[in-house]
Amino acid sequence: MTVQGVRWTADQVLALAPDAASRKAGSGLGAAGPWSGAGSSGEGAVWGLCAGSGSTPYRTVVDLADASGPAYRCSCPSRRFPCKHALGLLLLWAGGEGAVPRAEVPEWAGRWIEDRRGRPERKKAAASSGPSSGPADPEAARRRAERRAERVTAGVSELEQRLADLLRGGLATAGRSGYGLWEETAARMVDAQAQGLAARVRELGAVPGTGPGWPSRLLEECALLHLLDQGWLRRERLPEGLAATVRSRVGLPAPADGPPVRDHWLVLAQYDTADARLTTRRIWLYGTRSRRTSLLLSYGAAGRAPEPALPVGLALDAELSAYPGAGQARAALGERFAPPAPTAERPPGTTTALATARYGDALRDDPWLDSVPVTLDRVVPVPDGDSWQLADADEDAALPLTAAARSRPGLWRLVALSGGAPVKVFGECGHRGFTPLAAWPEGPGEVVPLC
Amino acid sequence: MNRPATAAAPSGRHAATPPGPAPHTTGPADAPAVPGPAASLLPEVWEDLVTTALLGTDRRTPAGSASGAAAPAALLDAAAAAAVRRRAGLRPARAAERPRPVPEDPRPELPPAAARRLTVLLTDRSGASGGGRRGAAPDLLELLPQWLAAANARGFAAPPPALPALLDAARGRTDLRPAALRFAGPRGLWLARLNPDWRFALRSAPGGSTSLPGPGDTERVMRLWQEGLFAERVALLSSLRSREPAAARELLVTTWATERAEDRLMFLDSLRARLGPDDEPFLEQSLADRSRNVRATAAELLSALPGSALARRMAVRAGACVAVDHTGDAPLLTVEAPHECDAGMERDGVVPKAPAGRGERSWWLGQLVEAAPLGTWSRRLGGRTPRQIVALPVGDDWRSELHTAWCRAAVRQRDAEWAQALLGEPSAAEAGGPGAVSLAERAKLLGTLAAGERAEWVAGFIGTHGLPDAFQLLGVCAVPWAPPLGRAVVDALDIARDAGSYPWSFSGVMGLAERCLDPSEAGHLDALLAVPDEAEDASPGAGGYWSEAFQRLVTTLRLRAAMLAELNPAARP
Repeated sequence: MTVQGVRWTADQVLALAPDAASRKAGSGLGAAGPWSGAGSSGEGAVWGLCAGSGSTPYRTVVDLADASGPAYRCSCPSRRFPCKHALGLLLLWAGGEGAVPRAEVPEWAGRWIEDRRGRPERKKAAASSGPSSGPADPEAARRRAERRAERVTAGVSELEQRLADLLRGGLATAGRSGYGLWEETAARMVDAQAQGLAARVRELGAVPGTGPGWPSRLLEECALLHLLDQGWLRRERLPEGLAATVRSRVGLPAPADGPPVRDHWLVLAQYDTADARLTTRRIWLYGTRSRRTSLLLSYGAAGRAPEPALPVGLALDAELSAYPGAGQARAALGERFAPPAPTAERPPGTTTALATARYGDALRDDPWLDSVPVTLDRVVPVPDGDSWQLADADEDAALPLTAAARSRPGLWRLVALSGGAPVKVFGECGHRGFTPLAAWPEGPGEVVPLC
Repeated sequence: MNRPATAAAPSGRHAATPPGPAPHTTGPADAPAVPGPAASLLPEVWEDLVTTALLGTDRRTPAGSASGAAAPAALLDAAAAAAVRRRAGLRPARAAERPRPVPEDPRPELPPAAARRLTVLLTDRSGASGGGRRGAAPDLLELLPQWLAAANARGFAAPPPALPALLDAARGRTDLRPAALRFAGPRGLWLARLNPDWRFALRSAPGGSTSLPGPGDTERVMRLWQEGLFAERVALLSSLRSREPAAARELLVTTWATERAEDRLMFLDSLRARLGPDDEPFLEQSLADRSRNVRATAAELLSALPGSALARRMAVRAGACVAVDHTGDAPLLTVEAPHECDAGMERDGVVPKAPAGRGERSWWLGQLVEAAPLGTWSRRLGGRTPRQIVALPVGDDWRSELHTAWCRAAVRQRDAEWAQALLGEPSAAEAGGPGAVSLAERAKLLGTLAAGERAEWVAGFIGTHGLPDAFQLLGVCAVPWAPPLGRAVVDALDIARDAGSYPWSFSGVMGLAERCLDPSEAGHLDALLAVPDEAEDASPGAGGYWSEAFQRLVTTLRLRAAMLAELNPAARP
């Protein structure tokens, strides 16, 4: 069977949906009823005609063979992407041969697919000629970078002053003044083009509302912010790796210029977090040959799903390039050599003790790191008062779950999967505890996404 | 967790480092469990930093630190070092008490396609559509009950990751609970014990649940019965009753005298299941109960036992009120309602006080006839069959009163022959109108008939009277609908469309048809899918809406067929 011949699961299809309404609408269309002439080519193309409320059915085609992720085309007027028809068609296809048989590509679908598959070459050709005509004047670029660094330095000095004022007057005052103080400071950091600092400052505003022990947490975060400021002011004297980490933590953009690593990357987790402005998507990948765990970060305007979508349980053959900075997990997705396909492979796991040790080691390269990606072997979710732990099945050691993980529905899927027996869990392990993101049963079985 | 109360943990809740050589430095949150002066001092150092930070360096100078303008920076430097040191030194905590693992579930796993289907059906749960037109897509949540019934009938185990969504769905819909909990099995109950949102699962645990002791475990049964909460005791009694009716009654007798009146009522009610002649002595005794509601329930249960002494007494009383009068041209039933409600009647559960607006005597008559065994009427009324008795004219406007009471008796005693007689011919003109027997009563009467007879009667009813009154009657028919019934419904929908009305006037029946029509009927519906040319007198656009409604019907039927096929392991290649 070809890679493309493996059908996805319903969960994996639903993970492509841009929002909850599309999931629901797509699920409704995942039955044979409204569809006619549906088929799949065995080379990644799936098509069908979906009867809608109008007299002519919508023509829906999905191309799964594209290495840069599924591509969709539908004659419906929906602006959602993929639309409910594409989702319904994929669900139908996921259901098996019965509803979507192997067939010859009809002319209307084939034209679009050929057209599409021809395009990336052109795009690539255009791209390769791009950079050479990019920064025409390196001297001007250097001056721009210098000016920006000066602005950041001014912002950092201002922030240091504000932190000093805060500590002089006492955190108790800060607890009373609420968000306003921090929002204003964050705005100043945005002006200084230090987005990283702005984000950290904004988070400080929320700390006094986090319950007992907040002064201790606020002091810790202020201190780390101070550490970052000091790192920036002395970046010339830092080792190059750490200096790069400081630059990226402060918020200076840098291209992902690490050497491309081609590997068989397992998709371990994909989850979105959203605030009023932005949706941030995190995708964790594990390379089975390089044994590296990498993070793909992408952004979408509020309310829109960021690209790409990589459903958990698939694996892709692709190149990843790391972003600069010591101990950084973040990477950029480069060339993809094959479309993602379902896999039964799992990442190797470790113990809770080694997981915390790994976090400790990672802080040496990046003291601002909140967590590291870790796969735990043979752990049992255990209730602990109002909270939960992941306890080693074989020794008396456990990692507490983070507050965020406790309130997610994924927690209950994890508990249900375990049933008191050991499971393998991938997640983020850090100073706030462990956030489980995916789990596997001990015996055979598919990965269960928890986020 | 053995973190000392004095040690302020900056954040996170990792516990103390166990003693012994540690690969990492110990942070300020680590407890004095670690020996050595440096380590034990750290929490105090951190505590001191936090206190200074809270008050401000203007008011307090930390010990051994710079003062004046340099104080804040020095404080932050020290705090940064401490914070990173603490984070780097985090160690796992001690494990809390582990839950007991789930007992083995011997049921086989779902076939993969069926497991995917379940995911999709449960995905639909949260998105309750915000009103509006339903469109041509099937309503997936409505299919969940059928899916669960089919999966349970084939004895599959629920896939563990689907349990939370399943329990959430059952939480929102009480009608789903029995099937959902059965499907969820021991793992579902195990899970429900850990989440207060799913308490209902423990309350309504079905008979075979693991939390209830088996009937053989007399000691645990007795202890739970004597010490358990009310809900647990009701569950225990019903579960025992479903397996060993006599043992359940005997258990109830052991504490009967000391139970509160409301509890006695609930416990007595659980004897309704598997009621038998053996229960008579206990029920007869309960006719003398202190509580009126308990007495009434005991009497009701006894009257459902045609061989009981109470039923015989009621037969005598009721028989005295009804007679055949041969003096006229044709035989006529005459009714002489009782003149008083004596102590004996009252003891047998007759309520003496009539509700407002009803005559006392007809009120008493109704109760007597309802409680009298139907089998005795034939002998008393000249050997006539139930059908003949129902056909007799009744004098002095007593007909409605008498027939309604017989209906209640037929339902209570589950007497199909009488029910058949009281229902009459489905095509009779009277059956459609506001006759002696209301639609609700007819639905109940239908419930006593065998599935085939029921379907046939309702099919005949729809054939004559159409759909407007059929909804309630369709609801009691067995699923999937028998072919004649299915065809009657489809024909009636077709007629309604041709008559030019909008489909939402029939949305109730449409919804039922989606869930209850035999999936193999889908093929017969293709002709209905086309949008017909609009007739002059039709409602504007109705044709399109009808086509959409039929589209949804066909889609849903196909989906149901696929669902059932996926659950059939033999069909797998």
